[in-house]
Formats: sequence, structure tokens, C-alpha cells
Amino acid sequence: MGSISRRAMLGATGGLIAGGLLKTQADALTVAEESAGPQTAQADPTKMMGAPTSVLGQRAPGEQPRRRMGNPAVTSSSRTPIEELPGIITPADLHFERHHAGVPAIDPDRYELLIHGMVDRPMTFTLDDLKRFPAESRLCFIECSGNGGAAYNRNANPERSPGQIDGLFSTSEWTGVPLATLLREVGVGRGASWVLAEGGDAAVMSRSIPLEKALDDAMIAYGQNGEAIRPAQGYPARLLLPGWEGNAQVKWIRRLELSDRPSMTRDETSKYTDPLDDGTARQFSFVMDAKSTITFPAYPYVLPERGWWEIRGLAWSGRGRITRVEVSTDGGRNWAPAQLQEPILSKCTTRFRHVWNWDGGEALLMSRAIDETGYVQPDLETQIAARGEGTSYHYNSIRPWRVEPDGRVFFAQGDGG
Amino acid sequence: MIRLGQSHPAEESKLRRFALVGLLVGTTLVTYGCMPDTPNGEGGTIASGTAEWPSSFSIGRDATAAEIALLDIDFGPDGAGAPAGSGSVAEGKAVYNVQCVGCHGLTGQEGPNAALVGREPRDGFPFGETRGIRKTIGNYWPYATTIFDYVNRAMPMTFPGSLTADEVYAVAAYILFLNEIIPEDAVMNAQTLPAVVMPARDRFVPDNRVGGPQVR
Repeated sequence: MGSISRRAMLGATGGLIAGGLLKTQADALTVAEESAGPQTAQADPTKMMGAPTSVLGQRAPGEQPRRRMGNPAVTSSSRTPIEELPGIITPADLHFERHHAGVPAIDPDRYELLIHGMVDRPMTFTLDDLKRFPAESRLCFIECSGNGGAAYNRNANPERSPGQIDGLFSTSEWTGVPLATLLREVGVGRGASWVLAEGGDAAVMSRSIPLEKALDDAMIAYGQNGEAIRPAQGYPARLLLPGWEGNAQVKWIRRLELSDRPSMTRDETSKYTDPLDDGTARQFSFVMDAKSTITFPAYPYVLPERGWWEIRGLAWSGRGRITRVEVSTDGGRNWAPAQLQEPILSKCTTRFRHVWNWDGGEALLMSRAIDETGYVQPDLETQIAARGEGTSYHYNSIRPWRVEPDGRVFFAQGDGG
Repeated sequence: MIRLGQSHPAEESKLRRFALVGLLVGTTLVTYGCMPDTPNGEGGTIASGTAEWPSSFSIGRDATAAEIALLDIDFGPDGAGAPAGSGSVAEGKAVYNVQCVGCHGLTGQEGPNAALVGREPRDGFPFGETRGIRKTIGNYWPYATTIFDYVNRAMPMTFPGSLTADEVYAVAAYILFLNEIIPEDAVMNAQTLPAVVMPARDRFVPDNRVGGPQVR
């Protein structure tokens, strides 16, 4: 349907409403929903009325970002297209997914969170109970600890976009009740030092969390970017552990058991441990170290002409605030401080920018993040030297991007990065 | 599942942990100000907005023992709280060949999903050095109890939680046998499973990353 005939149809509908032919509110809502669908662009929007209000907004027809799906879909992941998003907030429907046995459909009226074990008083909380406690909101990133695995390779595929490499990473405003508030309610028992967090999905996901973190800044979150948490992010409630690996932030949280030792679940022993080249494997490696990536220009973008461009990207640290991001356009020989966009929040994503006059020659773009502990995002060789080539998880090395004279941009791990 | 008051093998370590936790909990008390038996504001500042907090909000309800028992399915390496039941290698083979073989293959190595069986390389633990070594229960799995815990909660994929305790013990026995960790006549139960010493038992170390300039 072309724009003109659609406008004519909407005009006729307006006439019906004005004439009192639509008797119920439900009918009116139906009309509004139908008229909120994608439209083709108008030749001159100043010369005809626009679309009416609607019960649910939609993206512009030409702006339809999508997550990148993994395989198999039920037990794998989908990735946020980070290069397509201009701010730090990830729209909830584009938040990355990593499920271990699919997304459960949980009845919020039957939902309960049990807290027991080494507590003074084992208790159960409904969703309404959780919402009734003093609430808190905070912005923070969640990153899968396996994010960026494709970049931990001297011969990485150059035809990879930022989202394909590092899209198991999203940023949201989370709202909920601090876990410390709930633990205060049940009373932490003498000797308790760990909390087993368990989900209500088909994997009954379970991770042991140090009590120190639970009492510090952990949250039982039920809100995401101003609405209820999406099912794929843990509806109706999830554990939030700011700055820590995503796997430990158990979604669909149904049980917390206080103990004096970790439970040694599968996902803290055979998975989500980092083998090192000294014959050991690092366990309970929760914190996501500082990391950054340039999201523009990057594959598959093609710079159409030389001249002034703004190099843009994202930086984050699980240990606190980003204090500095440096950008290089010559493969790391020279570094310049990037401009950091406020707000710069602890354990949250910070956007950086750096204007660049491209002379049309080959360029190797890099960014490196520095956090408030003084940690500097390492290059791949430094990280390999520290952990070994076969290590797993926590891949936060510098992401190099090669700009070719014809304007094409490629992921350039192996080009000196 | 944990049991209160049971003896712990390392009393000294437990005392250290308690001291640490006492410090943490103490910090929280100061933060919230109004915890019972805690003088308001003593030795610290009361966080804004929490000064008016009661000792309890009286939100939520007590959990019953029956409710807890229904959900409290985990148990750790010491076996405390492991369910009754037992299973032999032969019984496990029968269960495996019906419930597990489709995803993990006849010998536990073929996939298409995770490889469960394999001891190679038998020397050392070169997973950090060398890319692409297949991690299995035989070479990268510190505690045998985790087999029961994981299978019990999450397997088989399409019917999770459908196996009896006897069946889960049996499957654990079969997988351990295929990995040449227990003999063919072994029976796994709440006592024998925690006693199995896994090849990778001592390879796992705490995270030593602390931020700052050092890359680890």
C-alpha cells in the first residue's frame, strides 16, 4: 500500500471515530495498533497529516536492527549489533542472549524466590514482595565471559563486524531490590561465605557467588530499561552482579542458598574456568577486565571518501570507571586520548569518540581502555603471554581494524595488533 | 545443600572465613544503621534514606521445610545432602544408551553435543598452552559430584529432571567407568561418588586478577 492510499484509509478511520461509529475502547485500540505499523516515507510530510498516536511504538521502517543468531538457537546465543546502536543503552529487544536450555515461560503470579541455608530465617518472596522493598536502579553492562573469543586468534577472520566479535555484551538500566536488603531480612548466618544462585529454567542454572559480592552491589532485578525484564533476560527476576561475567548473573532466579563453601556446579568447574599455560585453570574468574572496541568505522562499513571522520566506540570495565581511552590510527605507534562521553559510570559502558582526518591511505585503527585501577587493556600478544594460547573466556585484548585505501574496513587481528 | 553444625575438615580455615564474613556483615550493619543490636551510626555513616528503615520490613513469608526440600537439589564435593540411591556401571550403560546416546554418542566421544569421555593428554594439563584440546569429564572436571548435580538438574536436555536418583548415580558410574576412573564393578551412591578422585582435581586455582597495571 502506497503512502497516499494509506493516508486516505487513516483519514476514513478518523471519520468513523468522529462519527461515533466505534462504540468500544477495544475497537479504538485495534484501529490504533493497525495504524502504527511501518509506513513508507511520505513525499512531503508537511503537506498531509501524520499517523495517529498508538498503543505501542515502532521503529522507523528503515531502522530495523536485529540480533545475530547463534546455532543451535535453543542452547546457544544471539548477539547485540553493537555497531548499529548510537548510545550506551541497549534496547531490551536487542539485548544479547545466552541461554543453556531455552527461555522459560514463568507465571509471574506463581513466581517465588526462596532464600535459605545458613540464614536465621529461611524466607520466600513473591514478585510483588520484591517490588515492595526499597528499590534501586543502576546502569551497567552485562557481558558473557566468552565474548570476543573469535578475536583471541592471530589469524582471526577479517570479515567480522564488532557485533559478531563482541556482541555478547549489552548495557541496560536495571531496577530491583539490592540483594543486601533481602539478606538483611533473612539474616546472614554465622560462617556463611557463599551463595548458590539457581534459576528456574530447564537448565536449573546454578552458580556459587561469594557472599561479599552479594552484600556489596548485587541486585535482584525485575526492571530493564524502564519496563519489566524481558523473558530472555530473566523475567520475572534475575540476579544482577555489576561488572561480573554474565553467566554468574543467574536469570529467572528462584533460589539462593547461603553456605560456607562453593557448590562446584558444572558452570564453575568444567565451564567458565580459564586454563592457563602453567598447567592450572583459573576458577571463579568473575570480573570482566577493562575492554574497548571501535564500532565505527569497522567491518562491513566502507568509508566512501577521505576526509574527516569520527572514530567511535565503546569502553567498559568490571572493576569501576573508565578513566581514559586512547586511540591509534597507525597500528599502535602513536596514541591519542579519545573524548569520553558522559555519563562515565562504574561498571557501565562509556562511549568514546576521536575525530580523524583520513588521508586515503591504509590505516590500522585501535583503541585501548584504562580503568580506575590503572589497568590498561592489553594487546593480544601480551594476553597470550600472560595466559597462554589455549586459554578460554575473558578475551579483552585490543581490537584492531584495518582501513584499506578503497575505504573497506576489516578486522585486523594478526596485522600487528 | 548444606548442613549446619557439621564438622569441617579445616577448622582454621573456617575461622578465617568467619572472621572475614563477620567483617563484611558488620560493614552492612553500619551501612543500614538500624539492624538489631547495632548502635545507629556508631563507627560509620548511615547511608542516606536507610535511617528510617525498621529492623525488618515484614515483607515475604517464612519458607517451610517441605518447600525447601522440594527445591534444594544441589550438593557439593563433600557429598553432604546427596540423595539416597545407587547405580552400577551396567545399569548406567542401559540408561545412557536410551537417554544420553543421541546427543553424546555411543562412547561419549562422538557428540554432536559435549564430549563426556576422554583422558588425553594424560601427562600434564596443557589446556592453557595449546588451543583446541577437547575438554571432557575425564580430563577437565574436578569433582565427580558435579556429574550427579548437573545430570540431575539439567539432563536429558529434552526431559530435564526426569531421571530417578538411581538412574543418575548409574549414569555417573558409567561415565566415570568410560573415563577409566572407576572399575567396571563399581557402584555409585551418596558415599562412593564423593570419594572418587578426579584426574583434574588439583588443577583449579582461585582467580588472581586484581586490576591495576599487571596483566594476568
